[in-house]
Amino acid sequence: MKIVVLVKDVPDTYGERTLNLETGLAERDKSDRVIDEIVERGLEFAISFAEQNEGTEVIALSMATEQSSATIRKALAMGADRAVLVVDEALHGADITLTAQVLAAALSHIGFDLIVAGDQSTDGVGGVIPAAIAELLDIPQLTRLASIELSPDRVSGPRTSERVTLTLTAPLPAIVSVTERFAEPRFANFKGIMAAKKKPFEVLSLSELNATIDVMSAPRSIMTNIVAKPPRQAGVKVVADGDTAQHLVEFLKKNQLV
Amino acid sequence: MSKNVLVLLDVDPGGKLAKSCAGLLGGAAKLGEPVALIVGHAEHTDALAAAAAELGATRVLLAEGDPTAFVTPVVDALVAAAGVTNPIAVLGAQSDQGKEALARFAMRTGAGVAIDAVDVSADAEGVVAHHSTYGGAYTVTSSVTFGVPVITVRQGALEARGEKQPLVVEKLLVEPSKRKSAVIEGVEISDAPKTSRPELRGAAKVISGGRGLGSAEKFGLVEQLADALGAAVGASRAAVDAGFVPQSFQVGQTGVQVAPQLYIALGISGAIQHKAGMQTSKTIVAINTDDTAPIFDIADYGVVGDVFTVVPQLIAALKDSAV
Ligand SMILES: Cc1cc2nc3c(=O)[nH]c(=O)nc-3n(C[C@H](O)[C@H](O)[C@H](O)COP(=O)(O)OP(=O)(O)OC[C@H]3O[C@@H](n4cnc5c(N)ncnc54)[C@H](O)[C@@H]3O)c2cc1C
Ligand SMILES: Nc1ncnc2c1ncn2[C@@H]1O[C@H](COP(=O)(O)O)[C@@H](O)[C@H]1O
Repeated sequence: MKIVVLVKDVPDTYGERTLNLETGLAERDKSDRVIDEIVERGLEFAISFAEQNEGTEVIALSMATEQSSATIRKALAMGADRAVLVVDEALHGADITLTAQVLAAALSHIGFDLIVAGDQSTDGVGGVIPAAIAELLDIPQLTRLASIELSPDRVSGPRTSERVTLTLTAPLPAIVSVTERFAEPRFANFKGIMAAKKKPFEVLSLSELNATIDVMSAPRSIMTNIVAKPPRQAGVKVVADGDTAQHLVEFLKKNQLV
Repeated sequence: MSKNVLVLLDVDPGGKLAKSCAGLLGGAAKLGEPVALIVGHAEHTDALAAAAAELGATRVLLAEGDPTAFVTPVVDALVAAAGVTNPIAVLGAQSDQGKEALARFAMRTGAGVAIDAVDVSADAEGVVAHHSTYGGAYTVTSSVTFGVPVITVRQGALEARGEKQPLVVEKLLVEPSKRKSAVIEGVEISDAPKTSRPELRGAAKVISGGRGLGSAEKFGLVEQLADALGAAVGASRAAVDAGFVPQSFQVGQTGVQVAPQLYIALGISGAIQHKAGMQTSKTIVAINTDDTAPIFDIADYGVVGDVFTVVPQLIAALKDSAV
């Protein structure tokens, strides 16, 4: 079984995330980069499945910049067998359509039985890339799963949104996405980090994907304007005493909130 | 040229139009003529179509599809609807139901996608989407370079409302695409929460509780304060994970994003993922025993104290001030 995990390199939400006000693109150098914390759980699922099922290959695939190599390497240190990174100048600032096209092309190039993604990324918060890939590759999508049941030829799982839980099932090949409620990913240990150095790490450009993706001929979503909001300032901070409730009510009244 | 704006409407588990529909049809009316698309729900379509016209749909398209196929019938219906309406834009909710179908429609038809807009407008060059990113730290405007923009709109963000229109209903003929889809083997719908409290999404006031509340029982304190203020109840993910409240209460990056007039955080530390869902609230009040809790960095009024002491006093003071 060949499982490809779509690993996205994102700014650490625990650090400061900034957008460049000229280009509207994320400032990659200004923040620590990490594997998106939701897909990291999908990676954990794939790696533990491989540990229990001999003959499973786990491949980490990412579309990012050359600087993201270190982040993608973390997937190898956690236990993925090899990594494929698509890097191309022409992909700078890629929108959803282009990202999905490139990942779909790379997936066809690599081959797969199962594709694992996160249900949404912490920087994009789009949550549509897995569905877009399903459409482009014409494979079943089982997105936002709370758990996954995987057999050699089938994948199933529950998908809960608001009050509705759907039980989804499909033959392989298919694409699944996991939610934040999946099991916590493991930490890469020293042995894993050393082993990662010897694992195959392929960097591909667009032309090497054997795909005809014309970056300019498809419609693209572009940012036309961007404004930074001044960060929120802390207001008053009081230590609770006998009058706190009274003062708080006065504050709410003054601001017409009661 | 047509001025049609195709709007995919979500239907809630009770068979009614989802809350997002009013804003979507209102937003569409700012751009052109809203044409609504409703897929499935055959047993409710009369009422759904009437509700859509009430909210501003000038025309309502009804489509059927294989109810056991996941997502693809909705995409097929969108393709058919776009075929008969030749729209200038396609809108839908940034919801679990809507966003994936819209993205797939865009891939199939080669259209550009703008995700999670908080508003839409039209200028000389066409339709523009407005976004609020990184938890409200930036306001971004986007448009597509050419073709029909496909835009998903954050639920509860659009304030525009359409005017009631005469009911015009059409059955839409859909050619199934035979795209491979997952099979829906089972559907389980849990009961709607019995509550007279306002719904979290879109509420004017939100009182949220975190791990600091300690137990499901003691979380009742959050509900008491909410009732004293006529507010909705929210929670941090830690409170949800601990089982104090159901997941639908979660506020934050992966929960509901709220922007009420008043947000009160009780026993919530203010992790970045929580802040991403509430930091655009107009006024923020926080009560926390730890004076270094990051929630205080964004609170307009911070109280360093125990919720079990301060909140009962606050409820009493609110009652006193009301009489
Ligand atoms: C992928 C991912 C997505 C996430 N998405 C979300 C999300 O959408 N929403 C979300 O909220 N979190 C989210 N989180 C989790 C987030 O990182 C935090 O873990 C969570 O918000 C913490 O919840 P908390 O503040 O209730 O708990 P804690 O951080 O444990 O804070 C509890 C607070 O209560 C205070 N306290 C304790 N007792 C009292 C008392 N008696 N009176 C007053 N104060 C008291 C403590 O001082 C402390 O500050 C996400 C995390 C990940 C990894
Ligand atoms: N550039 C990328 N490289 C690899 N995977 C990606 C990329 N962008 C999105 N994904 C995958 O799609 C999921 C959802 O992302 P998004 O649709 O951007 O919210 C992520 O969790 C990843 O699994």
